[in-house]
Amino acid sequence: MVKRNVFLSVLFIAMLFVAFLMLVPFVWMLSASFKNNMEIFESPINWIPAVFRPDNYRKVWIEINFISFFLNSLKLAISITAAQLITCSLAAYSFSKLRFPGRDKIFVAYLATMMIPWHAIMIPQFIVVKTLGLYNSHWSLILIQAFSAFGVFMLRQNMLSIPDSLHEAARIDGCGSLRIYTSVILPLCKTGLATLTVLTFNGIWNDYMGPMLYLDSDNLKTAQLALASFKRQYSADYGAIMAGTICSIIPIVLVYVFAQRYIVEGVAFAGVKG
Amino acid sequence: MTAGPGRYLPRRAAASRLRRREALSGYLYILPNFIGFLIFTGIPVVAGLVISFTSFNGVNTLKFIGIDNYLKLFKDTNFKTALVNNLWYAFSVVPLTLAVSLLLALALNRRLLLGGFFKTVFFFPTLTSMVAVGCVALLLFEPNKGPINQLLKAITGLPVESLPKWFFSSKTALGTVVATVVWKQAGYYMVMFMGGLKNIPPHLYEAARVDGAGPMRTFFSITWPMLSPTTFMVTILLFISSFQTFDIINVTTEGGPGRATSVLVFRIYREAFRDWKMGYASAIAYFLFMIILIVTLIQWHGQRNWVSDD
Repeated sequence: MVKRNVFLSVLFIAMLFVAFLMLVPFVWMLSASFKNNMEIFESPINWIPAVFRPDNYRKVWIEINFISFFLNSLKLAISITAAQLITCSLAAYSFSKLRFPGRDKIFVAYLATMMIPWHAIMIPQFIVVKTLGLYNSHWSLILIQAFSAFGVFMLRQNMLSIPDSLHEAARIDGCGSLRIYTSVILPLCKTGLATLTVLTFNGIWNDYMGPMLYLDSDNLKTAQLALASFKRQYSADYGAIMAGTICSIIPIVLVYVFAQRYIVEGVAFAGVKG
Repeated sequence: MTAGPGRYLPRRAAASRLRRREALSGYLYILPNFIGFLIFTGIPVVAGLVISFTSFNGVNTLKFIGIDNYLKLFKDTNFKTALVNNLWYAFSVVPLTLAVSLLLALALNRRLLLGGFFKTVFFFPTLTSMVAVGCVALLLFEPNKGPINQLLKAITGLPVESLPKWFFSSKTALGTVVATVVWKQAGYYMVMFMGGLKNIPPHLYEAARVDGAGPMRTFFSITWPMLSPTTFMVTILLFISSFQTFDIINVTTEGGPGRATSVLVFRIYREAFRDWKMGYASAIAYFLFMIILIVTLIQWHGQRNWVSDD
């Protein structure tokens, strides 16, 4: 028993150390964002700045007009998430509750497309988008990401757990399939919808290469693009870079605080089936 | 007996009409996904292969040059360096992430004080973007004034000149990228492992205890074999993502110093979108596709055969 307690204490201390390693870059970043260049690299580090200087944030929000990049990211994340929720849930409903010839074969084929890596097809996809005249518009990113085999798969698993008898009962009551979908199926797979929402939002918010390929005008660019080019332009202005980084992760922190359960569930699900 | 077809026919007709309508809505509801997939994935998969046999540069008409692009791969030192770097990257990131995330999951699987807090904290870096992580890592690893080298200087007493230059030396750049990525993503796979651990039936551990098995014995006879489906899955996912790494490299080192951190997707990006050699870049992209396809086929094969699924 004593041996066990010693072991658990050692483990606890080790975990405290790992937690420190995981958090310290963020704490350092937060602290640096309120300092000027001299103070950032003071040794030993002053974790709590002697003077809180808001200059870096002023620079980020006013001088480089971060708000417009921020809003672009928000617009993309919200519209793509909304589009995926609709297209994925409709398809998932069809694959799980409606009967039609070839249903399961089509589903397996669609599932198999999950293994096509985006990076392998980004060149021809870029040409398609350009041919359609969508290059340098938000529509390019919205349309290419409005559909997701993973989303369909996850929501289908969720809907399979809804008893068929419920579906039949609504049908006998004379409900059309669209009506059943909106008033029976959707309310019963809220967990799946919430999980897809947070995962998609997070993924789109953090996306870097997609916007980099498809957006050219400054007024269309996203927060990640702004941060990356900001880092290049102001490479010596460390405090401002840290302030920009902090601003870019605020929405993610908020989502995590309110929806941690769904994120963790989504990751666990991805682990079961890739 | 005399009920006859007369009474059934209308009903059967109605039923088949209903079934037809159900089938119609079924197809209708998958139509958006189908069209989206066709335009933005289906056509590109075929077009990419076609383009890889041409000297397409973004504007000229398709000029077929046979397998020249693929032959060029074997002569192009830029490509070969990127491939070797990517293999180094994959074979360091995969085992390291696997080990760290498994150890963290095993630790948190004991009901530790503050367990929920630890899980939240370890998972947090996963959610931040690679751009943000890259920005912080660049400053933390800054060779002269950065806190990491300052700390090392204080511990070892060596001058900063003789300390590692991290992102800024071709010897250490790839290793620094690996360390940063492992730090960022360990929490993600830890959550997957925790799911796998939770699925191991507790009665197995009770049986082991009754039989007097020690912790090591229990781990190697129960936990490790029962966890093998998760371990297998995580390994595959890690390999696939390792061959697609790009963001962190474009933000921190841009493939440098020299070509020290150039990887496959980085080469594709440079060839296609900087030099507009889309034909040649498509050949690299298809090479990458084949690597990932092979890993995925191993996964399918493995899932059916050697993984204990119960």
